[in-house]
Amino acid sequence: MAEQETVGALRSGLEKLGRGFTAKIWRLGFAARFFVYVLLHSGTALRRFSLTIREMYFAGVHSMIIILVSGLFVGMVLALQGYDTLQRYGSSEALGILVALSLVRELGPVVAGLLFASRAGSAITAEIGLMKATEQIAAMEMMAVDPIARVVAPRFWAGVISMPLLAALFSAMGIFGGYLVGVQLIGVDEGAFWSQMQASVDVREDILNGVIKSVVFGVAVTWIAVFEGYDAPPTAEGVSGATTRTVVTSSLAILALDFVLTALMFTGGTAK
Amino acid sequence: MKRSTIDIWVGAFVAAGFAGLLFLALKVGNLASFSTAQTYQVEAKFANIGGLKVRAPIKSAGVVVGRVSEVRFDNESYEAIVTFNLDAHYKFPRDTSAKILTSGLLGEQYVGLEAGGDGVMLKGGDRLRLTQSAVVLENLISQFLFNKAAEGKDGK
Repeated sequence: MAEQETVGALRSGLEKLGRGFTAKIWRLGFAARFFVYVLLHSGTALRRFSLTIREMYFAGVHSMIIILVSGLFVGMVLALQGYDTLQRYGSSEALGILVALSLVRELGPVVAGLLFASRAGSAITAEIGLMKATEQIAAMEMMAVDPIARVVAPRFWAGVISMPLLAALFSAMGIFGGYLVGVQLIGVDEGAFWSQMQASVDVREDILNGVIKSVVFGVAVTWIAVFEGYDAPPTAEGVSGATTRTVVTSSLAILALDFVLTALMFTGGTAK
Repeated sequence: MKRSTIDIWVGAFVAAGFAGLLFLALKVGNLASFSTAQTYQVEAKFANIGGLKVRAPIKSAGVVVGRVSEVRFDNESYEAIVTFNLDAHYKFPRDTSAKILTSGLLGEQYVGLEAGGDGVMLKGGDRLRLTQSAVVLENLISQFLFNKAAEGKDGK
């Protein structure tokens, strides 16, 4: 009798695990199909570009302040920390290289992506989720307006366009912050700071790869955000859960993608 | 009415984003200096290139005149063939010599060109005849130690 009970408990546990796993895979497949559907139905978003511009205002312009301020501070901290380490080896002139390379290659796209996910991604999810909860999406379908073309695709493209611009702003602002602290405050030679930076930062190898990274992060973050919003259970609880999932999933996606992209981009060059 | 104010903000955002990119490309990455300039390629053989890397600078009299575009191994002479991408503005005589030098004691390696006296100028595809390999610090130290040891024997 007791044996049967443990077998039963084990079986139900295994069943729960299997069901959870299958549900995850199912959801992933739906997300992939959703992504393709959004791409196929983005004609309206690109033809009536004012729709996308309106979303860029919310996703991009409203994220600008947080991106600029955090970029400035990240650059300033990098300069302080970098100077402390570099001056031990008597090479404080390399501060420009350190600040520029770490921002352009890594911190710019990654930190801007994380901020974008929590600032704009969560807002997109909440908005679409609420539209669904208040049956605006269903109403659109009734009026034969495709909600994906009208609601989802403009938000998706606005995110994809905004993200690289925000990452570039972040890097530029960070380098300016590094310049402020390194040159103006600490007193590293200004000529050495800029010339060493220019000599070792490559436009294609470093800057273009950084831009590619930020485009990939933009696609990943907005895809996750619009999907979580569209897939959210139409209740207050469901929308809040979806918003949390957007931030968590897209942060993890950014960090994982960053590893893959870095491995692809930067190890090939240095292995030579 | 509402739309036009949004347009201004989005326009400012896009302009600021592109300004950031332009700043990165021009001021940080120094796009303007080399990639648009015309170049010609010259080869040189070295017995040992040390730590010379692709994209290392080529300097003459301390001025950067080009970059290393390719490093490969010649399986017939067992030497390294280095291809230089020289800026077309700078012309060098045919008997120019190339040395692999190190900036500072432990800094990165670069190629130094020293102009010869020939009247004929180098053109694309030529090969430099006079080259000097990189100084490998380990060889230098072992040479020094062997010399010291030999001196010690003579003294006795």
